Amino acid sequence: MKPSGFVPFVHGDAVPRRKVPILEIAEFRKALLDAIQGGQRLVSWSGHEAGDGSVELLAVLADDVNGTLAAAVTRVRDGYPSVTPECPQAHWFEREIAEQWAIKPEGHPWLKPIRFHAPYRAGASMPGGEGSPLPGVTDYFHMEGDEVHEVAVGPVHAGVIEPGHFRFQCHGETVFHLEIELGYQHRGLERHLRGGPDRKTVHYLETAAGDTTIGHATAYAHLVEQLASVRVPSRAQVLRGVALELERLANHTGDLGALAGDVGYLPTASYCGRIRGDWLNLTAVLCGNRFGRGLVRPGGLGVTVDAAAIAEVQKRLDALEKDLTSAVELLWSTNSVMARFEETGCVSRQDAEMIGLVGPAARASGIARDIRNDFPSGIYRYAHIPVGAWHSGDVFARAFIRWTECQRSIAFIREQLSMLGEGAVQVACGLLAPDTLAVSLVEGWRGEICHVALTDPAGRFAHYKVVDPSFHNWFGLALSLRNQAISDFPLCNKSFNLSYCGHDL
Amino acid sequence: MTWDSLCAYVLALVVAPLLTGIINRVKAMFAGRHGQPLLQAYFDLAKLLRKGAVYSGTTTWVFRTGPVAGLAAVLVALAFVPLGKVPALVSFNGDFLLVAYLFGVMRFVTVMAALDTGSSFEGMGASREVQFSALAEPAWFMGLVTVIYVSGEWSLSPALAGVSSGVWGPAGSAMVLVGLAWLGVFLTENSRIPVDDPNTHLELTMIHEVMVLDHGGPDFAFILYGAILKLWTLGAFLVSLVTPYRTGMVLLDLGYGLAGMLILAMVVGIIESIMARLRLVRVPHLLLTATAFALLALFLVMR
Repeated sequence: MKPSGFVPFVHGDAVPRRKVPILEIAEFRKALLDAIQGGQRLVSWSGHEAGDGSVELLAVLADDVNGTLAAAVTRVRDGYPSVTPECPQAHWFEREIAEQWAIKPEGHPWLKPIRFHAPYRAGASMPGGEGSPLPGVTDYFHMEGDEVHEVAVGPVHAGVIEPGHFRFQCHGETVFHLEIELGYQHRGLERHLRGGPDRKTVHYLETAAGDTTIGHATAYAHLVEQLASVRVPSRAQVLRGVALELERLANHTGDLGALAGDVGYLPTASYCGRIRGDWLNLTAVLCGNRFGRGLVRPGGLGVTVDAAAIAEVQKRLDALEKDLTSAVELLWSTNSVMARFEETGCVSRQDAEMIGLVGPAARASGIARDIRNDFPSGIYRYAHIPVGAWHSGDVFARAFIRWTECQRSIAFIREQLSMLGEGAVQVACGLLAPDTLAVSLVEGWRGEICHVALTDPAGRFAHYKVVDPSFHNWFGLALSLRNQAISDFPLCNKSFNLSYCGHDL
Repeated sequence: MTWDSLCAYVLALVVAPLLTGIINRVKAMFAGRHGQPLLQAYFDLAKLLRKGAVYSGTTTWVFRTGPVAGLAAVLVALAFVPLGKVPALVSFNGDFLLVAYLFGVMRFVTVMAALDTGSSFEGMGASREVQFSALAEPAWFMGLVTVIYVSGEWSLSPALAGVSSGVWGPAGSAMVLVGLAWLGVFLTENSRIPVDDPNTHLELTMIHEVMVLDHGGPDFAFILYGAILKLWTLGAFLVSLVTPYRTGMVLLDLGYGLAGMLILAMVVGIIESIMARLRLVRVPHLLLTATAFALLALFLVMR
C-alpha cells in the first residue's frame, strides 16, 4: 500500500505509464487533497481521451521540500466533486478541464470557460455554454449598491500589448474586485503537438510565449531527452543555462524599466528600455536571434557557439552590469518612486500559498520557490543560484526580487562562461520511449514552466500539456488589486507582467 | 491697452506651443535621448487641423461644443494676465475672479464633453479633474489675495506689477511661499508630474488625457492648443511674480517675460525627469500643502 495514491518519481526520470496508478475518483480526490494539505503543489492537471468514452485526468504534484514529483490518473465521464473548495490552487485547472472535456467539477465556486473554445469531446458542451463561445462573452462577478460602478478595460488596450479583458467592480477609486478574462490568443497549441515530435514541434513551443522562447524550448528539449534517454553534452547544458539567464535578464530589465515608466519616473524607464535591448543582443551574439530562437534543440543546441562569440558576451556583460546597476539603483534611492512601489498591490504569503503562485511573484510574497533550486536540471544541478525571497508581497517586492535575480544571473553567466569547456553541443535523439510519462520543469523568468507528455505505443506524443507560469499567476494579479486604487492597476499589472498567449496557448 | 500688451498677447499665441517642446527636450536630455523636435507641438497642431473629426453616435452637441468653448475661454483669460511686468491687454478691478471662472468654464465644458461620451474612463477622469481643481483653487486664490494685499491693487496687472523688487525685500519669504503654492497649482492644472503624467497611455491612471480620448482632428487641436495656452497663462502668473521691475523698453520687457516662460518650461522638464508621479490619493495632500503655503504667506504679509 503506497502512502499516497500518487506514485512519486524524480524530476528528469520518465515513468512508464503502467506505473502511474489509475485511481477511483474518490481515492484520487482524497490523495490529491492530502498531498496538497501536506505542502505539495499542483503543477499540472489535465485531461486526455481514455479510449472508452471517458476522460483520463492526469495530475502531477511537486514536493518542493523533497524535490520529488508525483503523478496519478483517474477516469471520469461527465462530472466529479470539485476539489477547488478545499484546494483553491486547482480552480483554474478545473475550469480548463471543464472547458476542454465538458466535465463538470460539481461544486466549483466559479465555473466559467478560460479560453472560450468548443470542447474537444465530440457532441459534448461546456456546462452552461452551448455552441462555440466567444472570448469575454460570459457572466461576470457583479456588485450592486450606491456608487458602485463597473469599469471594463480591453480586450484592445492603449499600449502595444496583448489582448485581455479586465472587469473592475469599483467604489469610487477603490477596486473591490477584478475579474480577468483571457482566451483571445488561443491557438490550440497543445492539440497540434499530439502525434509529435515532428519538425514543427520545437517551433510551436518556442512561440508558446514569445518572450519565454528559451524557457519553453528548454522545457521541451528536456522532456524529449528524458523520453529518448539522451545525455546532453555539458557545453550545451551550460550554454542553455546562460541563454535562460540572459532571457531572465532581458525581461527583468524591461520590467524594471516599465515599472519606472508606469509611475512616470523617466531615467530608469529610458535606460532600462535600452539595456533590455542590449541583453537581447547578447542572445543574438550566441545564436543569431535576439529571442533565442533556434538555440535550444532536443539533444543540445541548434547552433555552434564559437570562442569569439563567448568572448564578446563576456566583454559586453561587464559594461551592461555597470549600466544596469546605476539605472536600477536610482529606483531605490528615489523617494517618490518608493512611495508608489511600497504597499501597493500586496499579496500575502498565505494567499500566495493558497492559489499556488510561482516565480518572482511567489518569491516576492516570501515563498522561496525556485525550480532551479528545488528541481534542478541541466547545468543547475552543478551550479546553484541562491534563491531570494522578500516578505512584503507588494510592487516593491516584485521589483526588488527582479533586481536581486538580475545580479545573480549576471554572476552565474560570468562564472559559467569563464570555465566553459570545449566539446560537442549536440547529440542525436533517437526514438522516444513508448507508453511513458515525462514531466519537465524549468524556472523561466516568469516562473515555473511545466511540460507534461504521454507517449503512445509508437513513441509519439499522445498528450502534451504546457503550463506557463502565467496560468498560476493571473489570479494573483486579481487578488493584488483588492482594495487598491484603480489608478494603480497598470503598476500592479506590470509588476506581475504575465503572458496572455502563454496562458491562452 | 498699449502696444507692448498687444505684443505680449500675440507672443503668447505664437510661442506657447514651444513650451511643450522645451519640456520634452529637457526630459529627453535627462533620459539620454535626442527627443522630439522643439517645434513638434506646431507640427501636431497643423496635422490635427488638416484631419477630419470622428463623432461617436452616442454623443450630442455637448461633446462638440467642449473643445471650441474651452479654447474660447482660455483665449479670453489670457487677455487678463500680464507677462512679466508687461500689463495685460484688458484689466479692471476684480478681473481675477473672471479669470478664475474662465478656467472654471474651460474645465466645465471639458468635463461635460467627457461625460457626454458615456465612457467609464472619461467619467473617472472627469471626477478626478473636478476633485483636484476644487482643491487647487483655494491655493491659487490665497496666493492672489496675498499679492493683492501687498500691492494694494484689485486688478491682476497692477497687482502683479506691484510685486516689484521693493516688495521682495520686506515680503520675500511670503512671495516665495506664494510662488511655491502657485507652482503646485500650475503643475496640477496643467496635468504635469507629480500629479498627472502627460506621457502615459494608461487610461486608468490618467486625469486630463482620459477626458479627451474621444476627441479627434480639429477638435483635438483646439483642446491641445487650449491646454498649451493654459500652461502659458498659469505660467505667466509665476513669471510675473518673480520679474523684478518694468524697464519701459518694450523689447526688454517682453524678453524678460519670454525668458521667464522658457526657464519655467525647463523647471517643469527637470521636475518631470527627477521624480515619479504621486499616488492619486496623495494628490490632495500636495494641494493642501500648497494652500497652507499660500495661507502662511498671507499671514506673513498681514502681520
